[in-house]
Amino acid sequence: MTNITLKIDNVDVTVEKGTSILDAAKKVDIRIPTLCHHEDLCIAGNCRICVVEQIGKHTLTASCATPAEDGMEIKTSSPKIRKARKDIMSLLVSEHNTQCTTCYRSTNCELQDLAAEYNIDNETYLSVLKPNLEIDKSSWSIEKDDSKCIRCQRCVRTCADIQGVNALAVTEKGNEMRVSTFMHLTMNEIVCTNCGQCITHCPTGALTERRYYDEIWDAIDDPDKHVVVNTAPSVRVALGEMFGYEVGTQVTGQMVTALKKMGFDAVLDTDFAADLTIIEEGHELLARLKAALVDKDPNIKLPMITSCSPGWVKFIEHMYPNHLGHLSTCKSPQQMFGAAVKTYYAEKKGIDPSKIVCVAGMPCAAKKYEANRPEMRSSGYQDIDAGLTTREIGHMIKQSGLDFKDLENGEFDSLMGESTGAGVIFGATGGVMEAALRTVYAVITGRPVPFERLNITPVRGLKGIKEAGIKFENCLPEYSWLEGVEAKVAIAHGLTNARVIMDEVAAGTSPYHFIEIMACPGGCIGGGGQPIPTTDAVRIKRTEAIYKEDMEKPIRMSHENPEITEIYEKFLKAPLGEKSHKLLHTKYRTRKRY
Amino acid sequence: MTKTNELVKKLVEEHGVARESLLPVLQGIVKEERYLSKEAMRDVAEQLDISAAEVYGTASFFSFLDTEEKGKYIIRVCKSITCDMKGKCELVRTMEDILKIKVGQTTVGKRFSLLETNCIGLCDQGPAMLINDDYYTKLTPVKVREILGDLIRKTS
Repeated sequence: MTNITLKIDNVDVTVEKGTSILDAAKKVDIRIPTLCHHEDLCIAGNCRICVVEQIGKHTLTASCATPAEDGMEIKTSSPKIRKARKDIMSLLVSEHNTQCTTCYRSTNCELQDLAAEYNIDNETYLSVLKPNLEIDKSSWSIEKDDSKCIRCQRCVRTCADIQGVNALAVTEKGNEMRVSTFMHLTMNEIVCTNCGQCITHCPTGALTERRYYDEIWDAIDDPDKHVVVNTAPSVRVALGEMFGYEVGTQVTGQMVTALKKMGFDAVLDTDFAADLTIIEEGHELLARLKAALVDKDPNIKLPMITSCSPGWVKFIEHMYPNHLGHLSTCKSPQQMFGAAVKTYYAEKKGIDPSKIVCVAGMPCAAKKYEANRPEMRSSGYQDIDAGLTTREIGHMIKQSGLDFKDLENGEFDSLMGESTGAGVIFGATGGVMEAALRTVYAVITGRPVPFERLNITPVRGLKGIKEAGIKFENCLPEYSWLEGVEAKVAIAHGLTNARVIMDEVAAGTSPYHFIEIMACPGGCIGGGGQPIPTTDAVRIKRTEAIYKEDMEKPIRMSHENPEITEIYEKFLKAPLGEKSHKLLHTKYRTRKRY
Repeated sequence: MTKTNELVKKLVEEHGVARESLLPVLQGIVKEERYLSKEAMRDVAEQLDISAAEVYGTASFFSFLDTEEKGKYIIRVCKSITCDMKGKCELVRTMEDILKIKVGQTTVGKRFSLLETNCIGLCDQGPAMLINDDYYTKLTPVKVREILGDLIRKTS
């Protein structure tokens, strides 16, 4: 590892060899504007907005794509640079549908910010926007508006590098070049997991989530309807960003108050369903382990893999259709919640389930698709009527005129509003695994997991694939068959990492018993429905907030949630029982890869 | 297994499954079938273990890799500045007149496709065009009538 020293705006900077000029400048807090560049992605160098001047060189240099060299002298601001950047911006804007007032991304758009910064006038270049570009609204989750695309290819790189799906590609060339799909098929016809990472990596409004909040407002205004909202753990640690809070601020209490003031009839917690998931999934794991270890049943599929992430579920259905048996049959917390609201909750509260509108506030784009899967109607109605992203909820709060920062902390309503720390950590990669281990270990041995304050740190963090082992010792009599067994677990987030795990599973060489997979990097806190931008620095802070919320909860193991005990006593009877199977478990379908 | 399946299989066996085989495989299909059908592109994607969008992205980049079915004779008139200045537009009008199609279209019986292409490197002998792999230079409307007339007689 060699270090080199260069001068940027007369400041000496020492960096590792191979560092880009852009990153070297960042180190000394010199800001260079970027558009096609994103920390998560490989370098493209196609927008040229990051050009800088290198002393002794005639042409300008793209700082994101040029490695710093020893003795280099760089200027990041000069009349030449400003003129070039203004020209580049003008050209980009000339191809962009600049109807910012009607754009969903207005005030949260990198192109808009830079256009304002460089004070683009409309007269330098005439608009060459192609007429008759239609917005593709075919997908339940993602809207694609080519008129706003600046062809930076961040979405293409996201889909390739992070997710390994390659649903989007650069097609045609020259002035015909566009970001499109196989044969320009619509978004609902292609192999897309709906994860929405393309949305959070898009600098403009070209890719957005399909929005449902107008329907929700209508339902809220309808006195006949009982509108229930449940919010996922990751929403409460990211929503604050929409209102100017520092990244990683927990706004759980204010969020609850806001939703109540907006007119939702009940504000409940998806974390309750996360706890429910742990009970069902934990028992499913134990049943599979017993069948495999004791009964030696050759048809039992191990490792068992989590099924909470709908982007991941669609990925495995497309890419590994012959290995669906490894997926837990448990529905995701969102769908468990919906099925329970329109049965258990309706019964307890004496409300006609046909009058209930169940809304889910999610950090996710794929949840919109999941809610509309035909399998998800086990209550007799569509279990979840609409999935909203964190961004949509933020917009709704703004539309309602509430001053978010002034709101007092509120409490979730009951039934189905009580949750544990285990439910909260579902939002971070490794969280489902940790929550499951806390409960499974306690069920087997009668003791809490042997980690300080229940914090199973080996499964935490942003490493792409994590492994851990936990040995069961001094088991309770009914679990004596697990005595001395070491459960091997793995956690992957981001579908490129999932593919590594799945290739092992497909080859029959997977050494694990239980695997957690989340489609999005960082888990749900980095989901496709979260506030933009999301980078690793942001993921780390949101994750910290999640674990902080976990530590603040009086109960931190799912099976100790009193509302969970109650729902089993009064309604479900037993984990994996008949009612559970009907309402809380699902089937998967094989899909085509091409 | 269809004819296309077999062709793709044969080409992949010949060139290998590495990413860099994509272009030679696509060229091989075009040589046999004159264009890349949806089926062929999906098949290539599957064999090479890449996404269909990636195959289409590559195919649509190259003018000589068609993704729509084309005629037996593919006419590509050079649209570069030199050929343009030497009267390419008149050639195109003449051919549109004879074939009763516009640029970009294919005759009903799938005999002729009339396309424009980027520079084919015959600027000194323009205006120029290609019909399949044969080139024709220093063209005039009269010459074009003769050339097309021959082909029409040959195929009818």
